[in-house]
Amino acid sequence: MRKDAWWIQPLFVFSVFTAFVVYSTWAAFQGAFYWHENLLSPFYSPEIWGASEHALWQRTGTPGWWPGFLPYSPAFLILWAPVSFRLTCYYYRGAYYKAYWPGPPSCSVGVPREAYIGERKFPLIVQNLHRYALPFALLLLVFLTIDAWNSFRFDAAGGGKEFGLSVGSFVLTLNVVFLSAYTFGCHSLRHLVGGGMDVLSGRPVRRKAYECVSCLNARHMAFAWTSLLWVAFSDIYVRLCAMDVWTNVRFF
Amino acid sequence: MKSATFKVWRGDREAGDFQTYEVELEPGYVVLDAIHKIQAEQANDLACRWNCKAGKCGSCSAEINGSPRLMCMTRVEDVAGNGPITVEPMRTFPVIKDLVTDVSWNYEVKASIQKMTPREPDFEDGSWKMHQYDVERPQEFRKCIECFLCQNVCHVLRDHQMHGEFAGPRHFVFAAQAEMNPIDLTDRIPQLREELGIGYCNITKCCTKVCPESITITDNAIIPLKERVVDRSYDPLTKLVRRIFGRSDKG
Ligand code: SF4
Ligand code: SF4
Ligand code: FES
Ligand code: FES
Repeated sequence: MRKDAWWIQPLFVFSVFTAFVVYSTWAAFQGAFYWHENLLSPFYSPEIWGASEHALWQRTGTPGWWPGFLPYSPAFLILWAPVSFRLTCYYYRGAYYKAYWPGPPSCSVGVPREAYIGERKFPLIVQNLHRYALPFALLLLVFLTIDAWNSFRFDAAGGGKEFGLSVGSFVLTLNVVFLSAYTFGCHSLRHLVGGGMDVLSGRPVRRKAYECVSCLNARHMAFAWTSLLWVAFSDIYVRLCAMDVWTNVRFF
Repeated sequence: MKSATFKVWRGDREAGDFQTYEVELEPGYVVLDAIHKIQAEQANDLACRWNCKAGKCGSCSAEINGSPRLMCMTRVEDVAGNGPITVEPMRTFPVIKDLVTDVSWNYEVKASIQKMTPREPDFEDGSWKMHQYDVERPQEFRKCIECFLCQNVCHVLRDHQMHGEFAGPRHFVFAAQAEMNPIDLTDRIPQLREELGIGYCNITKCCTKVCPESITITDNAIIPLKERVVDRSYDPLTKLVRRIFGRSDKG
């Protein structure tokens, strides 16, 4: 038996992950207080159909094709993308198998069990399609970059826009930085840009790309957690500003 | 620290139990020193396997306080201070006697992995031209000392005893070393998926954590191989592209 406090790590993963899932589900169902002036919550970005000035189609109410018996929130249209990306992420897989399943709860603290199929058969064989979630995750980064850019642009006194800086600008910029560091460190991307080949010498572009992705990949766990916590914080920040609990302090 | 209490597992395939020994310590003692001292002074018949005492032969693998480690690379002061120090044989392999286990299954698996087929030599003397950059990737895997600590800790072998269907991390490292070699032409991807059972690995990274050679087993060997298996077996798009352009990951 291991004598050290091996349970701390799975307990941490379990608590933080559960808290995140509960909070983000709650936040997605709100359908309100997700924007404040030039700030848009990352859970709602891109806002495809919604009431705010950030929406691609700015409409109040529910899209006509939306099943009437379901509640509507602009978050529902996009959250499947980051959710499927993170659920099938190689790092998170290893972490949540330990924390939730638990198989095994921690290294060399196993419970001997009979049936084990790993990722060879349904359902977990689906994890192998992680790469299909990647393009959507990359696309989201584009929208989040636009949101970060917008957080620096304020309504000018005489109409039009002017450049400015607020706490929210930092929040949304860091959000896209952390999420990019996480997404560009993806194992599937690493394979795609060059890891799948045995010879990279003489292919300067691939080689550089492989090196960049590998560099972020080595810190994939760290960025997985920072980006997860920061995206939740970004939503909280925008939400509390929208509810007038916090003020988005503007420096200039 | 003057002395330490060791609980050492003694027994054979049939039965066994922990025996307690009090050991006088000298500065810089590693667990293997303590075991040798017990052997010399208190239990002449205590069996343990070792060779180099330098973390290079991979013989002295054991479980110290329940964690898989090399006895010769574990300083006593680092594992003391939490009651007696337990030392037991690796749990995943059958015990021969005391701390010595039968790891021969590993050699059988290794022998079953498809060998390298080098492409035509580039020069008349039968040698090849390779770029150091491309060789570095498989070179990481050559550091393996075959201590089998990664095999021991992997829950697929340890808890589920799937020795027949799953080759284990050490052998994915070995397969990756050949598979990623720039002059190799063998295609091991079907073997990795079928006989070697790479899909049983659920990337919990315990193997990487215990590797005394700090080989990035999961991230650099297993996941890249899994991605190649996905290319070949699970991803309809890559399969299609391959069929049309006849592309391969070789070269
Ligand atoms: S990462 Fe895979 S091979 Fe390594 S210990 Fe975990 S299940 Fe076993
Ligand atoms: S990969 Fe590391 S832990 Fe596994 S046998 Fe080789 S040296 Fe030991
Ligand atoms: S492996 Fe983590 S995002 Fe792809
Ligand atoms: S005795 Fe050689 S590795 Fe420990």
